[in-house]
Amino acid sequence: MRVVGKPLPKVDAAAKVTGRALYADDIALPRTLHCKILRSPHPHARILSIDTSAAKRIPGVLAVITGLDLPIKFGILPVTQDERALEHEKVRYVGDPIAAVAATEEEIAAAACDAIAVEYEVLEPVMSIEAALQTPKDERIQDYGGPNNVHKFVALEFGDVDAGFSRADHVREDVFFFQGNTHLPMEQHSAIATYVDGKVTLWSSTQVVHYVHRALSKVLELPMNRIRVIGAAHGGGFGGKTDPFAHEIIVCKLSMITGRPVKCTLTREEVFYAHRGRHPVLMWVRTGVTRDGRITAMHFRSALDGGAYGSYGVASTFYTGALQTVTYDIPAYRFEGCRVFTNKPPCGPKRGHGTPQPRFALELHLEKIAHDIGLDPVELKRRNFVQPNTRTVNWLRVTSCGLEECTDRVIDASRFHDRERRPGHGMGFAISSYLSGAGTAIYWNDMPHSEVQIKVDRGGVTAYCGAMEIGQGSDSVLATIVAEELGLQPSDIRLVTADTDTTPIDLGSYSSRVTFMAGNAALEAARKMRALLVEAVEASGRGFDDVTFEEASVLAEARFGTLTTAGSYTPPKIAGPYKGSGVGPSPAYSYSACVVDVDADARTGLIRVNKVWIAHDVGRAINPLLVEGQVEGSVYMGLGEALMEEQAFRKGLHKWPSMLEYKSPTFLDMPEVETFIVETIDPEGPYGAKEAGQGPLLPVPPAVCAAVHDALGVWIDEIPVTPEKVIEALRRKEKGEPPRYGPQRFPPIPYPPTIKVEPPPKDAAITAI
Amino acid sequence: MAAELGPRAMFVAGGTDLFPKLKRRQFEVDSLIGLDFLPRAIRNGSDECVIDAGVTLAHASHDPHLNERFSGYAEAAGHVSSPPLRNAGTIGGNLCVDTRCNYYDMTYEWRKAAGFCLKKDGDICLVAPSSPRCWAVSSSDTAPMAIALGGVVTLVGASGERELPVTALYRDDGDRYMAKQPDEVVTGLRLRRSPNTRSAYVKLRRRGSIDFPIAGAAVAVELDGDRVESCRIVLSAVASYPLEAKAAEEFLKGRRLQEDVIREAAEIASRPAKPLDNADLSHFWRKRMVRVVVEQALARASDQQPGLDG
Repeated sequence: MRVVGKPLPKVDAAAKVTGRALYADDIALPRTLHCKILRSPHPHARILSIDTSAAKRIPGVLAVITGLDLPIKFGILPVTQDERALEHEKVRYVGDPIAAVAATEEEIAAAACDAIAVEYEVLEPVMSIEAALQTPKDERIQDYGGPNNVHKFVALEFGDVDAGFSRADHVREDVFFFQGNTHLPMEQHSAIATYVDGKVTLWSSTQVVHYVHRALSKVLELPMNRIRVIGAAHGGGFGGKTDPFAHEIIVCKLSMITGRPVKCTLTREEVFYAHRGRHPVLMWVRTGVTRDGRITAMHFRSALDGGAYGSYGVASTFYTGALQTVTYDIPAYRFEGCRVFTNKPPCGPKRGHGTPQPRFALELHLEKIAHDIGLDPVELKRRNFVQPNTRTVNWLRVTSCGLEECTDRVIDASRFHDRERRPGHGMGFAISSYLSGAGTAIYWNDMPHSEVQIKVDRGGVTAYCGAMEIGQGSDSVLATIVAEELGLQPSDIRLVTADTDTTPIDLGSYSSRVTFMAGNAALEAARKMRALLVEAVEASGRGFDDVTFEEASVLAEARFGTLTTAGSYTPPKIAGPYKGSGVGPSPAYSYSACVVDVDADARTGLIRVNKVWIAHDVGRAINPLLVEGQVEGSVYMGLGEALMEEQAFRKGLHKWPSMLEYKSPTFLDMPEVETFIVETIDPEGPYGAKEAGQGPLLPVPPAVCAAVHDALGVWIDEIPVTPEKVIEALRRKEKGEPPRYGPQRFPPIPYPPTIKVEPPPKDAAITAI
Repeated sequence: MAAELGPRAMFVAGGTDLFPKLKRRQFEVDSLIGLDFLPRAIRNGSDECVIDAGVTLAHASHDPHLNERFSGYAEAAGHVSSPPLRNAGTIGGNLCVDTRCNYYDMTYEWRKAAGFCLKKDGDICLVAPSSPRCWAVSSSDTAPMAIALGGVVTLVGASGERELPVTALYRDDGDRYMAKQPDEVVTGLRLRRSPNTRSAYVKLRRRGSIDFPIAGAAVAVELDGDRVESCRIVLSAVASYPLEAKAAEEFLKGRRLQEDVIREAAEIASRPAKPLDNADLSHFWRKRMVRVVVEQALARASDQQPGLDG
């Protein structure tokens, strides 16, 4: 291949590093108004009245709106349409939007917000999972869901779990907690809207132009053909820009009212409130194994602290139980999940969506079982690895799987089994898997998930796709695939992306779906275009390889007229035959394995990560440079979550909504990372490619905890591993108590009876059902 | 000018702490008085050094003379924040840097939601609600080291120029933390040493860069042969002012800086430190770490080779 597999620079690299890329906040249209949003100072309160009259009188203020102007509810999932752009009845977290101002200057808009008088009836806030399970003192946060402040229950059982436990030689139970954390993108959310000739145009820093388009249509009560959403240059999402957001709707409405462009860029503090980050999850897991370490049954319970709104929460809840079976062959599996509402900014998808928490619990739990039965943890895990081309007990279809090779690479390179034995030094190992795109869309439909058009004319090649470049390299992947098929370089391909007026649909940059889905659509469109070119060249009596691309395109345009082709991708129907089976299936799974080397100081509890070895099965690296970038970025984010990041609350408020106080690693805290790319050439991925953007984060936190145990002999069963937790665990060890720090118990949760699902037959076809 | 404008004006040097605080409305002033016109030189003598207040932290941390003779001070300057902020931030600004508290270092909107505190716009301390005073934390890295090295600042104000030991520059009050007059500007810092002075600064923070100290120890030791003739140990970020560990200083007099002595001195030094729950990580852990940073600073000082002239 000419360009696939080559470590070429990103097609948009120069614009990004020289500051020429146009981010939403850079867009400065004539007569732009600035928008500020008044937010709730209370975690939980009823709104008795809102008086905007003083704000409206301030010179320079052109519009002030409240929830009465935007009363229609929206939400990313069709089943949880529970958000309003502005809330006029009730606020549910500190930061909940109440009113918005458009003014000639940002300072005037801020002063106007301060001049809005809101009368509240303050309600008892609910700030923890335990509290949410109790009867609310005043009233529940949302008026739907399960008992008390429960949002969602899931209870599924695959195979005979009780029988599996009864044939086990050893059964172990553990409780773990993974604290919530946030995405912390460099670029704050920003949106600017215009209203011209009865049409709204919105430029936004979003990962999902299509879902924003749908939400705007609903809330603004405009047909989709009168709304255009354009993804501006993007400064990082990580899942934090995957919902439609209040400010996006607000600037459109204010533009419709004033007839002028309106811009809103969130402050860093507001980004912490927009959130949709990692759910805090409390987990209980019970596993039975045979004497030689083969898993006989597993029972996994999760309780998610969802924050105040639904967001992706129903999917997140399923994800805490879905992918355990994709790495380990678990013959019988019961999963009970529960998401609760609390008076905090809503949680949602962050890199790894709902799966880093259970992965942390599962990997450490198996590590402990290995210690119990005197087996090397690597060996115990290996004995249970899933095999390629199988179906899991919960019907997930596994095709290509590089778990063995990933494990070999990191174990050998790190000399894990010959590691140095000195006080305070340790190594830990963990594996993981992630989706290459969700197998189902967010709203039910039979249409393709991604579509690409290609136009060839005298000016060259242009590819059109709704896919949103968020820094992960989706533009580069599109350009590389089209260039490969047409015999060009990626820099020769012009791209028009993420614009609902000019590009065909792509569902967005979430669930690691773009390379797989938009890549396949691009491949189909490019191959069709190549066929046209070849046919035209051959009709002229020459061979395609004997003419220049320009000659070929002239011949083809002369022969066929306008040269356009299209390709699309629809995932195979592979979900299992049960309710809830839509979360988990993916056309392919990536695999990772990781070893972390630490020095842990028994006196201070401080942990220094010396090195990380990580191998990632990406199927095929369309651009190895970009794959390495994604893997290293995942390691970085995983280390931050493992060691410091914490979305913590005090007295109903976010404790530190600032980049200085919310601790995330700096360059100086980043260890050396040795990355191994493993290629398994997936049968359905474009050129065999799978995802790389999320999966490599997952093994990092459990590998850190395993390494800390290796170093100090204490288990830290709670993320993040802060020095005070290490010191406390060491104190308990010294006193002869269990040498661990972590949650003591899993609360009683009134899960409904499990839905029993027959596992797939042993010889189940791995093709579509 | 400052005397005329009163509390509605502030001096600005590097602005690295001031500008974010203006944005968060922790400081609300009409006028800023720039200090860029002040000289920015380091004047070296054999046993003393005079640093103009406008010298950047980066300049101080790289200065060969300071590194050789006042190594603890150069180290402290090099540990403030991050490289871009050290290029702008000045040594005078770091001496005067505002005290910190995670109920105070927040936006106007956050503070309004939490309830204002007595350091700004309110009338109670949110960390210690029953206390009549403010418990914001002294967060300068260079002030404790300047005190340990017997530093003296020059102050210039409407009523003229005067000198003040750095130790007298601060008050035990998180709100009104400086003892200088509001219209006085720190224009210079004079450090002194004998040929046998060794100094070191150890800073504890969560990350390798950016963060303010959550505990720190500045030590300067005068040796007579292998025994301590005198020493100064000043702690950062455990009180509203740089806290001098006087009992530990007394304890060390006449002793050799060997392991068990250092351990005991550090234990004594940590006793007066009373961190509260208003900075990063738990105050229990920070209290525990005071001993560790003092030990490390003393060990570093004892390991140092004598200077060229010592």
